[in-house]
Amino acid sequence: MAELVIKNLHVSIDNKEILKGLDLTIAQGEVHAIMGPNGTGKSTLAYTLMGHPSYAVTEGEVLFKGRNILELEPDERARLGIFLAFQYPVAIPGVTVANFLRTAINARRRAENHEDKGIPIPEFRKMVKAKMEMLKMDPAFAGRYLNDGFSGGEKKRAEILQMAVLKPEIAILDETDSGLDIDALRIVAEGVNTLRGGDLGVLLITHYQRILNYITPDFVHVMLDGRIVESGGADLALHLEEHGYDWVREKYEVVNS
Amino acid sequence: MKEAPRVVNRVRRVEQAGPRDFAFTEEMVDFNLPTPALSEYRRQAWAAYRASPLPTTSDEAWRRTDLKGLQAEIFRLPGKDAYLDLPSASERFLQPLADSVHGGEIILMAGGAQARLDPTLASLGVVFTDLATALREHPRLVEKILGKAVKPAAGKFAALAGALANTGVFLYVPRGVAVDAPMHSLLWGPGAGLAYISHILVYLEEGASATYVHESASPNEPGTQTLHTGNVEIYVGPGAHLKFVEIQSWGESVWNFTHERVIVDRDAGVDWIFGAVGSHLTKNFSEIDLIGQGAVGKMSGFYFTDHDQHLDHDTQQNHLAPHTTSDLLFKGALIQESRSVWQGMIYVAPGAEKTDGYQANRNLVLSRKARADSIPGLEILADDVRCTHGATVGKIDETQVFYMMARGIPRQVAERVIVEGFFDPIMQRIPFDGVRQRFQEAIEEKMKVFEEGIQD
Repeated sequence: MAELVIKNLHVSIDNKEILKGLDLTIAQGEVHAIMGPNGTGKSTLAYTLMGHPSYAVTEGEVLFKGRNILELEPDERARLGIFLAFQYPVAIPGVTVANFLRTAINARRRAENHEDKGIPIPEFRKMVKAKMEMLKMDPAFAGRYLNDGFSGGEKKRAEILQMAVLKPEIAILDETDSGLDIDALRIVAEGVNTLRGGDLGVLLITHYQRILNYITPDFVHVMLDGRIVESGGADLALHLEEHGYDWVREKYEVVNS
Repeated sequence: MKEAPRVVNRVRRVEQAGPRDFAFTEEMVDFNLPTPALSEYRRQAWAAYRASPLPTTSDEAWRRTDLKGLQAEIFRLPGKDAYLDLPSASERFLQPLADSVHGGEIILMAGGAQARLDPTLASLGVVFTDLATALREHPRLVEKILGKAVKPAAGKFAALAGALANTGVFLYVPRGVAVDAPMHSLLWGPGAGLAYISHILVYLEEGASATYVHESASPNEPGTQTLHTGNVEIYVGPGAHLKFVEIQSWGESVWNFTHERVIVDRDAGVDWIFGAVGSHLTKNFSEIDLIGQGAVGKMSGFYFTDHDQHLDHDTQQNHLAPHTTSDLLFKGALIQESRSVWQGMIYVAPGAEKTDGYQANRNLVLSRKARADSIPGLEILADDVRCTHGATVGKIDETQVFYMMARGIPRQVAERVIVEGFFDPIMQRIPFDGVRQRFQEAIEEKMKVFEEGIQD
């Protein structure tokens, strides 16, 4: 079963504990939003799930398709069906969007069959063209160097394009809304909405409620100091929008004292 | 993890007795050339050779390239037909690199040469032949360029090539003749202890155009030394255009020294492409002289070093007339314990106003022990010019690797793609599929060496 189960996850960076026992289960087809003030460990969660080498897991496990993915390299996790849309996508100069996508697809094919010759070019072109049309992207985009000189909106759209092409089963969107104007946000959200449902589970990490006007979550979680402290439905996000995080903080600190 | 035992070797340094130099003698020089001017050039070259010692690291231009390991005294000139007893060139080097059909082909070998020229081109007055034949049959044409672009005084190796060139190419294109099919030559230089001394001469008359690909290659012969020293002298007449591709695929026992200069006249252009992946050690001086208004010189360099290779490219863009343009981009990657040096200079002479000069050198160092030196330079003696330069030495960015791995791409593939991406701006400047393909293959081969090395 392709659900992602996070159990008692503790993560440190430079010996400082950031995640302090996080539990969360994301089933396929569900959209979970994680909200919380800055510095509570939201991006640490995203990077840890993807296997960034700077984050040290000190306790806990993350299960996906019957495996503890914490034992896998980032590329193995990705091929297993996990995708991270980066908050700050990285420029790869000299490598076009199309070339990059083809490399990623072929890496999957070769992992399954070492002898694979790679995706036939006409099939690849047709597929990418369709995905780009779906995301209302200019075809010329495929010929540009990936994220090199892209605007904030272009970078985020390129992330969603990669997600559309690679068809993950769990997608982690790390502050995909940050730095986007309202039009760009709408386009990105539409892209996510087209891909959601069916097989795809989504973990939407955000600081603001704004994106949730466009992508309605099934569950909303509030993160504070390395843990999930509140969980609810879409209305929890609205409540946060209205009242901010102070009430959560107070409640949490009261519980703690 | 088991710790490997540490072995310390101490070797007493043995000082060499007496001056080190090549064992070439005056009897080996052919002063008896068909015209007085050619003979005079030979005499001057030999005199300059005799007068200059082997460069050392105290010479400014050689500060980063040490010839201590060169066994200068062992080298001998190949005798006539020596190639018959040596391995022959692999088919790979004879394949067309630019377009599919050659207008002419030359294979230069130890003590011999084979040349072919399309008869139609020959009937238009085009000459494309080996040096010995050119000196014999076209001395007046050879006179136009021999010693005009590279002076024997430029250095020990320039003088040596001038005095003792035993192989070479002469390409001549008459006024207004456009040669579409590329000319191709291969200098094939196997053999321990042999000295290949070459002279490449190209002369394009006014309004002529040509594409010329020259490759130097040899097999790997570990534990030996082979010498190549060569001069390249090129003149591109008013309004003429030359595309010149040089590929350096020497085996890893070759010590390679060249002095090269292209003189570009009024409204003429040269598109000069270098690919360097071979040799044990290379010191290459490449210059363009833009001597007439509207002259344009473009230089594109690709290099990739491995093992203990040492490649030193010294480039100079000389703006000697107003309204001249130069554009240089050299990009290199390094693995293992290899080393590269690029030292570039844009010189703008007094009065060369409205000059536009650009130079950039980028290096990607993949191994901890590899080292790239990058030294740009400007010397501007005119007003109202635009000159820009840049030099960088960088490593593979781990954030890029993680980003690509997060898409399912294994580390090795990610690194390869990053390296290919790094070279893409150079590939974009190369107008020939075959040349790009060769550089691509070189990247693949070197990356394989790199990956195998990591697993050790």
